[in-house]
Amino acid sequence: MQTEMTFEVRILDTGESFPCRAGENILKAMERLGRVGIPVGCRGGGCGVCKVQIRGGRFTTQRMSRAHVSEAEETVGVALACRLSPMSDIDLKIVGRMQKKMACATGASQPVT
Amino acid sequence: MAQSPVLRPGHVVLRVLDLEAAVVHYRDRLGLQEIERDGQGRVYLKGWDEQDWFSVVLREADRPGMDSMAFKVISAAALDSLEKDLNAYGCKTARLAAGELSHCGERVRFTLPTGHAIDLYAQKDYMGNGLGRVNPDPWLEGIKGMQAQRFDHCLLYGADLDATIKVLTEVLKFDLTEKVVDGDFVIAAFLSCSNKAHDIAFVRHAEDNKFHHASFLIGTWEEVLRAADIISMHEISLDLGPTRHGITRGRTIYFFDPSGNRNEVFCGDYTWYPDHQPITWTADQIGRAIFYHDRKLNENFLNVVT
Repeated sequence: MQTEMTFEVRILDTGESFPCRAGENILKAMERLGRVGIPVGCRGGGCGVCKVQIRGGRFTTQRMSRAHVSEAEETVGVALACRLSPMSDIDLKIVGRMQKKMACATGASQPVT
Repeated sequence: MAQSPVLRPGHVVLRVLDLEAAVVHYRDRLGLQEIERDGQGRVYLKGWDEQDWFSVVLREADRPGMDSMAFKVISAAALDSLEKDLNAYGCKTARLAAGELSHCGERVRFTLPTGHAIDLYAQKDYMGNGLGRVNPDPWLEGIKGMQAQRFDHCLLYGADLDATIKVLTEVLKFDLTEKVVDGDFVIAAFLSCSNKAHDIAFVRHAEDNKFHHASFLIGTWEEVLRAADIISMHEISLDLGPTRHGITRGRTIYFFDPSGNRNEVFCGDYTWYPDHQPITWTADQIGRAIFYHDRKLNENFLNVVT
C-alpha cells in the first residue's frame, strides 16, 4: 500500500499545527481533524473568511475571489486556506476573520448578539 | 396591501469561479436542468417544474456573487408602466435588449438602494415542464440530485434597508410579510409579490450589493433530509441544517456552491394573501426567528456572504 504524503501546517499566530495530505486543502484538513484556528466560511474561495499569508513552504492554490485576494496580495503569499494545498511543510499567519456583518440599532457594523 | 403587477422571481444571474464545477453542482446536485449555453459562455438552467426557458444563469468571473435578480411582470404594458413609476419615484432605469439573455424579452433594470441590480421583464419563451398540459402526470422521471422544482427567492445584504423596502412596497407593490426589528430599526425584511411567504428578503449590512443565498423549492421534509444526504455523498460545503425557520416557517438546509455562493433548498412555508398583516420578530428573539430549533444566532450563517 502506498503511503500518502502528508505535510505539517503550522499556524504561527497560535503555535498549533496539524497534518495535511498532499492535494488536500488545508482548511479541509483542519476541519477533518477537528482542529481549529483558521476561520471557516464558504469553503469555496468566495467569502474571504479563511484568508492567510504563507510565511514559509511551497504550495499550490486554486482560483480565489479577486474581491478578497488581489493579484498583489497573491504575489506575497496571501491566499484563502480553502483553496490552498501544501507541497512542503507550511508556516502561515491568519489574515482573515469572521467580520460581524449583520447590522443592529447601535451601529452599522456591530453584531446583533 | 395591493396586488402586485410583478408575478414572481424569474431568474438569478450568478457569478462563479469555475463554470464546469458550478454546472455539476447546479445540474447534478440541485437537480436543475441544463437548457443551453450562449455565445458568451453563460449557462442557462431551470427547475423541472418551471414553465419558462430558464431561471438560473451561471457566468464565470474572477469573483463569485450575484450579477442581478429578475422578476417577471404580468404584461408588456405593466413593464412600461412600472418603468414610468420607477422613474417618477427617482429610480433610474435602463433597457436591456430582448435576446441579451437567450430567450428572454426586453428587461428594465434598476438598482435598489442596497446596491442590487433588479431586472423586470414581461416575456420569456415558454418551454413547459415536460409533462404536457392535457392529462399530465404529476412529476417528471429522471430528475437528478435534490430535484429542485423551481428557483424561489434570494436573500440579499445591504445598508439602506428602509429605502429598498420603500421602493419594493410603494413602486412595485410588494407586501412586507415579515420583519426583524430592534425597536424601530429594521434588521431584516421579507417581501412578497405573490402568494408566497417571501419572494425576496434583505438583511441590513454595512457593505452594499452582497449576496446571501439563492433558494430553491423542494417537496417535503423527507426531501430536505435527502438533500442533506446528497450534500455528504458529494462532500458539498454544508452551512446549516436540516432545520426549521421561525421566519416563514420553512423547513430548510443551507450549503455552498463550489465558488462559495450560498444555496438553500426548502419546503413548507405558508400561503400569503395580500390582506394579511405582516409578522414582526423582535431582536431579543432573533435566534428562534432564524433557526427555530437551535434558538441562537449562527455566526457563519449571518456573516458569510459573496
